Amino acid sequence: MTGKPPKSPASNAVHNGQGTSSKRIKSTASNMSIKSKGNDKTHSAQSPAPDRCLSGHPDDIHPIVLTSVTQEHFECRVEQDVTSDNPFKPLKRADIVQDMKARAAVSDFSPIKQAVMDYPEEEMLLVFDSDFKYGQSFYLVLTVEAKQRILSDIMPNVQNSVEEQTSEKIMQKTPTHQPWKSLGSEREIDDEIVKDTRSRLKVEIFRVRRDFGAEVTFSDRSAVSAKDAFVECISHHYKNLSLNLTERNITVHAIANTRTLSTQTKWTYPKNMCTQYEFRQFTEEEKEKCLLSENLKTFASSVAVRCEIAIQQNVITDIFFDDWATLSEVISTHGDKTDSHLKEYQSFTDLCYSKDKMISYISWHPNISGLIAVAMTERLSFEQRISGSTKLLLNPPLILFWGFSDPINPQLLLKCPDDIFSFQFCPSDPNIIVGGCKNGQIVLWDISLHHEQLKGIRGGGGRNMSTTNQVFEDKQENLTSVVHYCAVSSIEDGHKAPITDIQWLRESFEITRMGIPVENKNMMCVQVVTCASDCSVMFWDIRVPCVIAQSQTDRKKKMEQKLLEKPHGIPTTFKHLDLSWRPLFRVSLQKIDSGGEYRPVKFSFRDNTCDNQTVSLTDKPVFNKERPDITEYSQLLVPSDKHLKPLENISTNLYIGTEEGELVYTDWKLEKDESGRLQCAKPSQCLFTLNSQVNTVQHSPFFKDIILIVAGWTFAIWKEEITQGPVMQSPYSEKKYSGGCWSLSRPGVLFFGTEDGDIEVWNLVEKTHKSFHTQNITTSQITCIRPWINHSKQNLLAASDQSGTLHILEIPWMLHSPSKHEKLNMSKYFEKEVERLMYSCTKRQAMRPKDKKNTNVDEQRGKVEPVVPEEDVQKMYEDFLNTKMLILKDSGQEFRCNI
Amino acid sequence: MSVEETIKRIQSQKGVQGIIIVNAEVLICNAGIPIKTTLDNSNTVHYAGLIHQLVMKARSTVREIDPQNDLTFLRVRSKKNEIMIAPDKDYFLIVIQNPSE
Repeated sequence: MTGKPPKSPASNAVHNGQGTSSKRIKSTASNMSIKSKGNDKTHSAQSPAPDRCLSGHPDDIHPIVLTSVTQEHFECRVEQDVTSDNPFKPLKRADIVQDMKARAAVSDFSPIKQAVMDYPEEEMLLVFDSDFKYGQSFYLVLTVEAKQRILSDIMPNVQNSVEEQTSEKIMQKTPTHQPWKSLGSEREIDDEIVKDTRSRLKVEIFRVRRDFGAEVTFSDRSAVSAKDAFVECISHHYKNLSLNLTERNITVHAIANTRTLSTQTKWTYPKNMCTQYEFRQFTEEEKEKCLLSENLKTFASSVAVRCEIAIQQNVITDIFFDDWATLSEVISTHGDKTDSHLKEYQSFTDLCYSKDKMISYISWHPNISGLIAVAMTERLSFEQRISGSTKLLLNPPLILFWGFSDPINPQLLLKCPDDIFSFQFCPSDPNIIVGGCKNGQIVLWDISLHHEQLKGIRGGGGRNMSTTNQVFEDKQENLTSVVHYCAVSSIEDGHKAPITDIQWLRESFEITRMGIPVENKNMMCVQVVTCASDCSVMFWDIRVPCVIAQSQTDRKKKMEQKLLEKPHGIPTTFKHLDLSWRPLFRVSLQKIDSGGEYRPVKFSFRDNTCDNQTVSLTDKPVFNKERPDITEYSQLLVPSDKHLKPLENISTNLYIGTEEGELVYTDWKLEKDESGRLQCAKPSQCLFTLNSQVNTVQHSPFFKDIILIVAGWTFAIWKEEITQGPVMQSPYSEKKYSGGCWSLSRPGVLFFGTEDGDIEVWNLVEKTHKSFHTQNITTSQITCIRPWINHSKQNLLAASDQSGTLHILEIPWMLHSPSKHEKLNMSKYFEKEVERLMYSCTKRQAMRPKDKKNTNVDEQRGKVEPVVPEEDVQKMYEDFLNTKMLILKDSGQEFRCNI
Repeated sequence: MSVEETIKRIQSQKGVQGIIIVNAEVLICNAGIPIKTTLDNSNTVHYAGLIHQLVMKARSTVREIDPQNDLTFLRVRSKKNEIMIAPDKDYFLIVIQNPSE
């Protein structure tokens, strides 16, 4: 039941209560304030609040009215002496008493006469009451305590004055009981009380008696089926009850900025930076003990079988060998002929210097690519020379330098005293050139001054240089610089016949006067070997000989005087040698069988493959460039023999090809013979007779013991130490060979020049009975062939002919790039040939025990006409060849042998 | 047949560069130490130490796949040569051969 409580009576009561209470509060408040005011006063003023008198002012002050006369008398005129701000006026009591006496009843102070009399002190306080608080304009303070109280209360009085006036004096009172006023609320309560309006009825229900204890059957009845079985009170959404929260009080608490951080420390632990250890080893006793143990023996026997099987498997066949990959190599060697054509790269001929002359020798410059030097000689016979000797003086023999950039003008001319048949650049210093003359002299040139000019010559790159040269030369009448020779050997001590071959000794060793090779401390080429038709081989040293140096100082001075007369411009590098140069020693070549001597044409010895680029690349000293001290040959002295260490591995054997076509194998060391004199040993072997002059003897650049010898219509390859015969000899060809050389890049390729101007290329890997490729390059006889590797892609072959033209040919890729395992194949081939030689030799020796001459045997191997019964030998030979073919086929190498 | 004869026989085969007999006892922990060799000392010890580990690994591989199985022979073919290893219980034999010679 909702009912609003009747507001008016209760509220009245409340208000009244509030009103009274407010009054009370007010009064208590005013009491409190005054009390507080009283407490606010200073410590001295703790007097209890004065009682309120009925008139409304405290007892100890008395409001009085002061007339204007009195005011003037006591000097307390209103607004003049006393103001509201300054209300206090102390009066003398004596004055007041006097005034009272003077005016008796008229005095204003008469009502308080008694109080004044009782006043203890001399001064009384008169306070101007501007607000008429106590009803009058002035009041007089009657007691000392009040006066003190008021006086000390000056400041707060001003402030509290407002308060004082508004608040009443309140007294603390406990609220007293007041009777309850009824405002109609008891009627409401009565309404709410539940009372019985009638007495309660009592109803008793029980079942029919007969059903007591009877069976009861319960059945189910679904509540849903019957309609009125249940009454549902569904909850429904009552809008008024759901409140929409439009306002919600939340609290927000500000906190300081937080930040999550984490760190992880690295747990370092000591790690090994490096360890040094050495392997464990058994001591000798332990090893011995192990070796003797039974365990090891059983192990060895059991394991050996397995190992042997595996090893033999490997030997039988190499299962990882890729036939397919290597097949391409085999195919490439059988290329067509066009691939093996030597392309003409350039040819050089000079109009004035090459006229009617032939080139006798070619030499490539070892360092500067594209520079080649040729020696021009007259192609006249001896009688013609004599008859035309005057004409010869006008055309001095020259060595021409050709550069690839300029095919018309030679780069440099070297003047020679006579026709040069052989010359060579010094391998350690290409500015020194030594040449052998027709008259038996050795000539030395020094072209260091022109080195810079020559350096600029490149095949094509130097074209600019050459054009500028030409510009200059136009002004200077096209002069190429001429270099005069700077030293010649002494005429009496040198060769007496034309020097046919000259070679520098390698810088790694030098020869002493005894012929013993010793180490060369200078690492410069200082010695030269020459051979001439006067049956001697001489060794020369270009340094100042030390033994006779002292005795020759006088002679030197004389020489110097003579030298000063020489024209300016000749380098004085070898002035110590000029005209006084003597050979170190001399090797004579006595014939083995008969008297007389061999006349050497060409020679070659094992450790002196000077001009090859393939093998000696690693052996060459690094300092091949210009060195400042190299020109001081005059300061090099032949060292005394004792200080130098002899080298063991240098072989002192020479192969010499002679005019009669023999290959002579000799040792150049001097030996003591019976009489104690030093003499050269006789040549140990004479290996060959070809019946025509040998024109080339050359060691192979790849194999140290394989020598090529070209003579007449055939050439042969010999192996050192194998004296039974040549390893390979070519069949006699129709054309005479006039020159030959090994290829520098392929171990099995040889180049030959013929009389007709053909170049024959032999590829021993493929065919050994025929030339691989023949090509005609000129009409006249080829006099010299020299190969050269310009750079890795360009292999050149220089061929000179008798008409004075120098041809430069480019070797095609197929001919200069070695096939796979070519060196191995060639060495195998040589070995097989050697075996064959041995075999056939022994067989023939068995056939002819009396015949001890082994040299004749292989001479005409090409046309076999044995002395012994033909059929037997032939049959044996054929058997041998058949087995050989079988073996060769099996091992996969198809060499066709000479049949 | 003694150990020397075995070694000589194997050495005489074509292309054989060296033979080493190595101790393989694992229990006493002095394994991988060469006993007899035809090579120089530094090479021998090198081979012995390295190949010992290889053999142990190979053997354990074989045995893990099938515990009844065991390693009988190991051939390591390289570009330059072939190393053949015959292991046994206590020792193993290393043969280095150059097959293309």
